[in-house]
Formats: sequence, C-alpha cells, structure tokens
Amino acid sequence: MSFFNSPKIKKMLRITNTRIVSQVFFFSLFLFFCWATWVSRLEGFTVSRLLEFDPLVGLTTALATGTIYRFLGWGLLILLVTLLFGRVFCNWVCPMGTMLQFTGWLFNILKAPDRIKSNRYRPMYFFKYSLLIIFILMAIGGSLQIGLLDPIVIVYRTFAVFISPLVDHQIIDPLVDLTGNTVASDWLSAFKFAPGVEERIFNGAIGVAIMFIFLLSMNFIIPRFFCRVLCPLGALLGVFSRFAIFRINRDVHKCTNCDLCLTRCEGASDPQGQLRLSECFACMNCIDDCPEDALSYRALGLDIKQVKVKPDISRRKVIYAGVLGLLGAPLMRINATNKDNTFDPSLIRPPGSVEEDLFLAKCIKCDQCINACPTNVLQPATFAEGGFSGLWTPVMKFNIGHCQLQCNLCSEVCPTGAIQKITVEEKLGVGPFNEKGPIRLGTAFFDKGRCLPHAMQIPCVVCEEVCPTSPKAIQTEDIEVKDAFGNIVTLNKPYVLPDLCIGCGICETECPVKDQKAVYVTAVGESRSKKRSLLLKNREFSKPQG
Amino acid sequence: MPKNKPDLNYKKEIMKRRTFLYKLAAVSGITAVSGYLSLAPENWPLSLKDFTGHRSHPKPKPFQINSFAVPRPVSKADIGIGRQGDIMTKLRKAIDGIGGIEHYIKKGDVVLIKPNVAFDRIPELGATTNPDILAELIKLLLVDCKASEVRVADNPIESPHDCFEKSKIGPTALSNGARIYLPDSNAFKILNSPGTVLIEYWPFFARPFNGVDKVIGLTPVKDHNLCSASLGMKNWYGLLGGVRNQFHQDIHEIVSDLAVMIKPTFTILDGTNILMENGPNGGDPSNVKKGDVVMASVDPVAQDAYAFRHLLERSELPAYIMKAQEKGVGNMNYQGRVKEII
Repeated sequence: MSFFNSPKIKKMLRITNTRIVSQVFFFSLFLFFCWATWVSRLEGFTVSRLLEFDPLVGLTTALATGTIYRFLGWGLLILLVTLLFGRVFCNWVCPMGTMLQFTGWLFNILKAPDRIKSNRYRPMYFFKYSLLIIFILMAIGGSLQIGLLDPIVIVYRTFAVFISPLVDHQIIDPLVDLTGNTVASDWLSAFKFAPGVEERIFNGAIGVAIMFIFLLSMNFIIPRFFCRVLCPLGALLGVFSRFAIFRINRDVHKCTNCDLCLTRCEGASDPQGQLRLSECFACMNCIDDCPEDALSYRALGLDIKQVKVKPDISRRKVIYAGVLGLLGAPLMRINATNKDNTFDPSLIRPPGSVEEDLFLAKCIKCDQCINACPTNVLQPATFAEGGFSGLWTPVMKFNIGHCQLQCNLCSEVCPTGAIQKITVEEKLGVGPFNEKGPIRLGTAFFDKGRCLPHAMQIPCVVCEEVCPTSPKAIQTEDIEVKDAFGNIVTLNKPYVLPDLCIGCGICETECPVKDQKAVYVTAVGESRSKKRSLLLKNREFSKPQG
Repeated sequence: MPKNKPDLNYKKEIMKRRTFLYKLAAVSGITAVSGYLSLAPENWPLSLKDFTGHRSHPKPKPFQINSFAVPRPVSKADIGIGRQGDIMTKLRKAIDGIGGIEHYIKKGDVVLIKPNVAFDRIPELGATTNPDILAELIKLLLVDCKASEVRVADNPIESPHDCFEKSKIGPTALSNGARIYLPDSNAFKILNSPGTVLIEYWPFFARPFNGVDKVIGLTPVKDHNLCSASLGMKNWYGLLGGVRNQFHQDIHEIVSDLAVMIKPTFTILDGTNILMENGPNGGDPSNVKKGDVVMASVDPVAQDAYAFRHLLERSELPAYIMKAQEKGVGNMNYQGRVKEII
C-alpha cells in the first residue's frame, strides 16, 4: 500500500478534490440538461430533475396547493443527505454554488489576512432565514414567490433566457459562419442550445441577466454573498443541518488559534471557534488549510462545546418576518391583473396550464418551458401581464411565435404541474378527448381598421392560409371590388369563427401588419378557466360536403 | 513650531533628450493619423469622412445563383408521368419519361432536394412532401447516380425541427444518407434574381446552395386558399426568408417570380396524396384524396397546368401560370408534350 501512502497521491486524493469532482459532475449534469431541453434532443431526458429534487420547491408547492406533483417528493432525498452530512448540497451539488465559488476563486484578489477577514461570520447572514419564513408563509397564502431566489431556479432561468442566446448567437454563430459549410460547422451547431432556428429572443432577459450578474459581482464584496445572505434553499437546509450526524470538529488541544482555517471558508461558519453548523457548507477547505491537523469531519467523538447548532436568528426577527410573510400573499392579490374579471388580455398561458390562481400557486418561474419551446412563443412575463406575482412566469407572445399544434414540450418539462403534463391528443381534443374538445389558449380577433382587405382594398389572408384547424377557424367573405386605381380585385375579407378558434396565434404571428397586428389573440375564451370563457356554447358546425 | 525644510540633498532627474524626441514623435504621429482619418476628403484612401451620412448605410452584398437546368434528351417528352406500381416504380417511370435520372445527375454531383415541409403535420394529412417518395429519390441519387452528397432543405412556416420531425422528412432524409439544412441564423443571404418583379433583392436560404450542382423540387399537390393551388412553382417559396408574408398581397406575381428566381434541374410532383381542400395545411384526413400519379418535368409551367387540371381536377388555371409563361419560364400548353408510362 505504499502507493496510497506517498505524499503526492495523498495530496491528490484529499477530500477537497473529491468535492471538486462532485461539483464538476453536477454542474456538467446541469449543463447537459439545459442543452437537452430542445425539441430535437428531448427524448425522455429528465431535464428538470434538479428542480424536482429541490426540497424547497417540493415544500412550498405542497404548502401552496396541498399536493405534491409528480417527482417533487424526491426533495426528501436532499433533506435526508442534509440530516446525515449537513449542508453538503450547497458546496457539493448546487450549480449556483459552484458558479459562485468558481468566479470567487478565479477573480480573487485578496491576500491571506484580508481573506480571513472576509470569511468571518457577519450578523447580517441571518437574513436568508427571514426570507425563507416570508416565502413559506406566502406559499401557504397561495402566492409562490420562491422562484425569485431559489438557486436552482435561478440557474435554470438564467441559462434559458440569457446564457443560451448569448452562447448560440454571440459565440457559436460567428464560428459556424467562419467554418462555412463543412463538417466542423455541423459539429459546432451541435453545441448550440437551440440549433436549427433563427435568433431566439426573450422579453425581459435583461432583468434576469442583471440579477444574475449582480449576484455574481457581489462575490467581490462578500464571498458567496448569495449563499450566505440570500439563499432560501440554503436557509432551509441550514434549519435541517442541526441534526447532522457528521460535521466539522475542532480539537481544541491541537488548535493554536491561527485562524488559517478561515482563509477559504465558504460558508463563514466560524470553524476557528464554535462552529455555526447551520452555516457550514461542508466544503472541507478548513481541514486542508489547518496546519495543526486540529480540524476533522466526523460523526464520533464530537466536542459538543464547540458548536452552535441553531441558526442565528432571534425570536423577534422571526416574528417580524412572519408578519411580513402573512401580509405578502394578500398584498399580491390587490392587483387587477390577477382577477378573473380584470385580467390582462395578453396573459395567455401555455397549453395544459391550470387556472390562474392555481398557476400562481404552482409556477416557480424556472422558465424550463420557455427554454423548451421550439417556436420561441413562450416568454418570461413582465409586470404588465401578470402583475408582480406573475413576474418571469411563462406567457405566450404571438408576435414572436405561435403555439405549434402537435407540440406538448412545455407540459413535459414543467416540474411543478403549473403546466400539467398533456398528450398531443389531449391538446387537440381528438381520440379519447373528443368529447372535451381541444385546449383553447384564447380567441382571435380582427382589427378591421388595420386589416389589408378590410381597410385598404388589398388582398392578403395569410391568416386564413396558416389557420391550422380543419375546417379553418378563419373564413373569408369573398367580394370583387373596383379599387381606387380602377383595377378589379378579389378581396377575401376574413372573419373568425370563435367556436373553432383554439387561440394558437399563428394568424397573429404571420400577419404582415407587423407592429400592431390586424389579427390578434387575447386570453378570453381560454379553456383552462370557465370564468374566463367567452361563448355560452359552441355552435354546431356541420362540415360542408365536397 | 518646527517647519519642514526643503531637502537640499535631493537630486532631481531630468528627462533625456531621446525620450523627449520619442514623445514628440508619438504626439505628432497620433495627431497626424487621427487628423487624416477624420478630416481627409471622402475619396482619399483610408479616409473615414462621411459628410453626407450616406457612407454609413450598410451595403448588402447580393449573390446570384446559376441555372441548374439540364436540357432534356431530344427524343423525350417535357413531362413524364408514372402510373401504377409502388412509389419507386412510379417515380422511375416518371423520370424515364423525361430521359431518365442518369441523364440529369452525374456521378459526384452534389444534389439539393427541396421538399415542402412548411407545416407541422403528419405525412397522411397531405400538407407536406410524402417521406416515401423522398426516400426513393435519395436512393436513386445516391445509389444509381452515385451523387456525392444529397441535401434536403426547407424553411418551414412553423418550427423547423418540429416540421421536419412530424412530417417524417427529417428522419427519412437522415436514415437514407442525406444531409439536412435548417434555416438557422447563418442561413440567409441577399439573392439578386434579375427578371423578377418582387424579389430582385431578397433574403434567400443560401447555405444549402453552397457548392450545389443540381436542384430537384419535390412537391405535394395541394389546394391553396389564396392562389387556388400550391404546386411545383409555389414550392420554391420555402427558400425565401425575410418578411415573406407580404407576398400574399400579390400572390400570383410572387409564384411566377419564384420560377424565374430558380431554374431547377427538374421538378417532381407527387400525386399520390392530394390535398383537395382546406389548403395549404389541411388538418383532417378527409381533406386528402389518394391518387396514382407521380410527375416529373423540366417545364414547371406545363407541369403545374397539367397537375391543376388532372390532379386537382379544376378547370380555370390560376393567374400565376399565365404570368410565369409571360416571364418566359415555360409554356402552359402541355398538349402533346406528355409521356405517360403505365
């Protein structure tokens, strides 16, 4: 066994290196999931698995809806790991933690004494527990806002609407253009997040990007600022880590109080004194850095005088956060856009979505549906469509794309069931779903003052051409007129049959009146909610023969 | 109060003459270069001056494509029609009618097939090219003609990947050894098509045409809500980019323009799945009529006229056929130019 005893090998096999391997593995897994969330690759890959294993997502959606959707129960696995080993998730698994640690390491300019100072515990690190309390109480009140700050949600959302267009169009596209028409260009295209389409755009991507860049940049002022101060998932795991069987233990007899263990302490958990167990990420850097071998990660022989197990938050702060949390959900409802009679016409949800109240109790704004959408129609909502509670939730923008008839990808990737898993048959209302009819997203309307045949005696009817229902929901009244220039033109003046319209929006996408479309879809008549319906009943349509 | 006294022992150091000259040279150099770039008249070399603002306008560099046409053998007909038998037999018969595939495609050619994959529909709905005939055509090209590469390209109306997948054109092309081109962000360039009215300069799906020797249109026969029929000439619409939904304001002009824009080697019309109504995207199996015809032709005008009368079974020809004839693309009078092989 001399091989394993040689100092070089021992150094290579030390536990911090194992941790880095784990971080690389999970980050690569996350990248693969993002890459595989695309129409040509999504063949049974469980691309939302990291979200489904997020215990905070499972807990808050369970509190908001009373049920646990599909795979969300698996978050218990992370809790179990935390009960055994402490907050290892934060520094061994979490892709956000990995990114923050990596940038912190890469751009670190502090020398040892200042680094030790930057890694001392600060009282403001209690703040994440307050946020957790607020978010949980809001979820109980029916408003799920956890997605604003949950780290897994943040990385998925950031990669969907900010990193992927950046990589595709600023990095890979120019390279593909350089390589021309060769095999190399095929290979390069394979690395794109969204190959085979023209440039994808995302409304409000700048907001998501600024938030991410801000969190990354705060690293320079306080290392792991997000993890230490804001992360509600870390707070939840911190609450549970008090029971952890394994933890860092300091042998006071060996310790010389040199504080070198703080040089690279990720969690600012005071390993040099009484360990703050709820703050410790189990990154193991302190064990590496201890010159006296006084620190170890173990289950037996722990010195119970050298640990503080509880989160550092006073009862008064808990009560204050509780009051805020109780006010939060009702506050969200003082808003016209979230009511059934005053909702915004552009609040068009993807097919399979549940009723709006339930939608807001389920959607975590991870934007996986937006990443999976092949036509780019799904967009992160701004305040305009869904109010504050709907920020970054998916809405359909038919001036960008349309809802493709035979596609159900958004419903397949949704981790929480805000968009319920539907089949194409269910979406189209065929086969066993004939009785129920197709899923309607809204209803098309004509702006006759802008429509070319209606207002300007110019033939057009792209809308009728692309209307996908059979028979078509856009029909025309054909008349021959003599226009102002003396030419006889046939005008096909379009109109909508709301009974047949499914609100797919392809008429709006293809309408040539680009800036403010002459045919447009609004949310009224969507089939997910009886309260937002338009017609009393659908007229019987007998198919004309021949 | 003790005052600070000057340090009389301090020895200052003065800039060397050489350094001063370097500095002087740098300053005058920067001044001269920047002065020339910004102030020299526009026609002087390297001048950046733009007094009117016109120089800053982007200038697209349009390209042109050559004709891919191959003259047919004198003894053969302009339109070949294959009837009866399986799809391979019908396809062979049709192409034999115009002189056989080996006459048109030479060994080592790079061949581009343009199917119609405009919509996200399963093949049975007749809105897209039948994947069976695509498979047979690719086999003919790769095995019989020993073409070096076969490409399949289209710019669909709906999501490209989904359209290629659901219409089974994508999997069929790949499994038979062809290469697929989707309209990604590098795909379009401005094409100059002299002789056209609406699209003299227009964004064109250029990437698949890079180094292509022959082009074959492979088209379903479809009803169309606005121009009555979507046939061989209308199929080239799928090579256009840009704001192509404006073309419906003058659909007959654009369809005839398309025939001027591209001169294919030949065009195949698949009359086995005919979309008779609710076109061009159908949506219900009852909209489709089964047929028993595959057509191949070197004259797109005559071919469309024939298909309109005999496959869609309609009488009054759409205006784009006349317009295409006026533009000199072909002759719509197909009488006596058809070779039918049963």
